[in-house]
Amino acid sequence: MIESTGYTKLRVKMILTTLGFSLIPLCILSLVIFRQFENAHTAKIVQNLNHITENKRRTIDLFLNERLSQLMAIAYTHKLEYFLEDGTLERVFTLMQARSKFYIDLGIIDQDGNHVIYTGPYQTIRTANYKNEDWFNQVLAKGFYISDVFLGRRNYPHFIIAVSRRDGDKNWILRATIDSDIFDSLVQSDQLGANGDAFLLNNENVLQSKPRFGAKLLGKMDLGSYARFPGVRTESITFDGKPYLFGLTWLENKNWMLVIRDDPAEELTPLAHTRSMVWFILLGGLVVIGGGAVLTSNTILSQLVAAEREKASLNVSLTQSSKMASLGKMAAGVAHEINNPLAIIKEQAGWMRDLLGEEDVKASPNFKEFEESIGKIEFHVNRARDVTQRMLGFARQLNPVQDDVNVNDVILQTITFLQNEARYRGIEINTNLQKDLPFLTSDPGQLQQVFLNIIDNAIDAIGKDGNIHVATMAVHEPDEIIITIKDSGPGIPKEKLDKIFDPFFTTKKVGEGTGLGLTISFSIIQKLGGRIKVESEEGHGATFIISLPM
Amino acid sequence: MDINILLVDDETDFVETLTKRFRIRKIQVASASNGPDALKLLEGQEFDVAILDVRMPGMDGMELLRAIRARHPLTEVIMLTGHASLETGMQGMNLGAYDYVLKPADFDELLDKVRRAAERKALNARAQQAGS
Repeated sequence: MIESTGYTKLRVKMILTTLGFSLIPLCILSLVIFRQFENAHTAKIVQNLNHITENKRRTIDLFLNERLSQLMAIAYTHKLEYFLEDGTLERVFTLMQARSKFYIDLGIIDQDGNHVIYTGPYQTIRTANYKNEDWFNQVLAKGFYISDVFLGRRNYPHFIIAVSRRDGDKNWILRATIDSDIFDSLVQSDQLGANGDAFLLNNENVLQSKPRFGAKLLGKMDLGSYARFPGVRTESITFDGKPYLFGLTWLENKNWMLVIRDDPAEELTPLAHTRSMVWFILLGGLVVIGGGAVLTSNTILSQLVAAEREKASLNVSLTQSSKMASLGKMAAGVAHEINNPLAIIKEQAGWMRDLLGEEDVKASPNFKEFEESIGKIEFHVNRARDVTQRMLGFARQLNPVQDDVNVNDVILQTITFLQNEARYRGIEINTNLQKDLPFLTSDPGQLQQVFLNIIDNAIDAIGKDGNIHVATMAVHEPDEIIITIKDSGPGIPKEKLDKIFDPFFTTKKVGEGTGLGLTISFSIIQKLGGRIKVESEEGHGATFIISLPM
Repeated sequence: MDINILLVDDETDFVETLTKRFRIRKIQVASASNGPDALKLLEGQEFDVAILDVRMPGMDGMELLRAIRARHPLTEVIMLTGHASLETGMQGMNLGAYDYVLKPADFDELLDKVRRAAERKALNARAQQAGS
C-alpha cells in the first residue's frame, strides 16, 4: 500500500531541492548585481567628490594667486616714495577695493619692521612694529607671504598677504589684510548637498574657514594628520559617530588643506532604493519559485502515486498467477504419486471381488461383509481418483493450445453433457446465445472445463428445481466476448464472495467437492487473457461473468 | 477367442494383480517391468495386445509404443496414462495406439478395450494374410 509519510518526505525533499537549485543562483545573482551597482555608484560618488574638491582647490588657489599678483604688480610698478606721498596709498587701496571687497586694509612696512604708512579702519596699528614677527622675516626671506587666518591686533578673523620689494639697498613690504569670510563663500556652494560641508584646515588642523556644522572658525577639527600630498585624496572617516566620505587636497600656494565632506547617507539613497528593489525581486522570485516547486512536486507525486497503484494492482495479479503456477506443479506431482498406489489398491480390491465369485468363499458366513467392504474400498478409491484427476486438470492448463473456437458450440456441448443430471433434478438450462458470435483463438478443452465447472456448481447450488441461464454476447472497445452464467440458487454470502476462487475453498459437503473447480476456472480464464468475476446477492442466485478477448 | 496380452508397468504389485485378474478371465498374460524386457518378450512371441504404462523409468511408454509400432505392427497397444489430460492419450493415439485408459483404471473398461483391440488385431491379421 502507499505510505503517505514516505510521500510527504519525498515531497518536502523535492520542494527543497527545487528551491535550493533556483534560489541559490537567484540570491547569488542578486548579490552580485547589487555589489556591482554599489561599486559603480560608490566609484561615481568618489569621482564626483574628487571633481568638486579639485575645482574648489583651483578656485581658492586662483583667488590667492590673483591677490598675490595684484600686490606684486602694485609693489613693483611704483617706488616707495610714490606711496609715501599723501593720499596715494589710500587711492590705490580704493582702487583695489573696487575690484575686490575683501581687502580690509593696506600698509607699507620698512625693513626695520615699522609701519611706514597705513590705510584702513584700524588706525591703532599704524605705529606697530613687526620686526619680531615671524611673517616679517619670512616675507623678507622669500619675497612674499600668505598667513594663516588669525584675529591679530584687529581682533577680527583675517589673513594677510605680503610682498617685499628690494629698492637699491633698501627693502620695503607691501601688506594687505583680507577678510577671511571670503573663503566661506569660495569653499561652500550648493553642490555639497543638504548635509555636506567644506572647509580649510591649516597643517595644525585649525579651521581656516567656517564650516557649516560643528566647530567654529579657528577651532580645531581633528581628522588625523596628513602629510602634504599631491592631487586629491578620498578618505572614509568616522566623524561624530557617523561615517563620512572626505575629499582632501592641499592648496598649491599655501599649506592649507581643503576638506570636502560628503554625507554618504544622502549619496547612497539610490543605492538604498536599489537594495529594496533587489529584496523585492528576490521575495517575488521566492514566491513564484516556491509556488512552482509545490505545483511541480504535486503533479509529479500524483503521477507517481498513480503509477504505484497500477504497479500494486499488477503485482497482485502477478502474485496470483505465480501462486497458481506453483500450486499447479505441486498438484500434478502429488496426483501422479498418489495415482499409482490408488491403481494398485483398486486392482487388489478388484481381484478380491473376482475371488468372491468362487464357491467356497460364497459359502462363507462373512461373504456379505466382504462384498460390502470391497465395494466401499472401490467407492473411496474412485473418490480419491476424482480428486487426483481434478488436480491434474488444474496442472494441465499451464500450457493452453490455440485454436479457432466457437464459444456457443462449446457451451452447447457442455450443456449436453450435464443435461441428464439437470433434468433429473428438475433444473432447466436455457440459453440466449448471440447468433453471429465471432470466433475466438483459444483452448476449447479448457473453456469447456471452465463452463463445466461453473454450470456443475450451479446445479449443485440449486439442488432441486430451478433454472440456469447461459448467455453470450460480443462487445466492442475492448473487443470481447462476454459469457454470463446465472443460476437461481441461494447465492453466495458476501463474506465468501472474495474467497470462492481460492484453492480448496468449498461450500459443499466433505467428499463432494475438491474446492479446486473455480480455482482452476479462474486460472484458465486468466491464462487465456480473459477475466472472470462473480456477482451475487444472498437469496438471489449467483451470476458468473466471463470476458474473453477476441 | 484366446487373447494373448503383454502388460508393461514398473509397479510390480499392479502388474501381478492385473495378471491374476486377466488370467481368471482366461486371458493369457505376460508381463515386463520395463521397455527393453518387453521388447525381448515381443521378439520371442506374438501378442495380440500390449498394455503400456506411460510413466516408466528409462524407456517410457511413448518410446516403447514407437518401437512396438515399428517392429510389431500387428500388436495393438493400449496406453495407461496417469494424466487426466486428453493430450497424452491423444498423443499415444496419434502414434498408433489403439486406445488409452486413465490410471487408476476401471478394470471392466480396460477389459472391454482389450477385447476390442484383440478383435481389431485379428481383423488386421486376417487382412494381412489375405493380402499376402
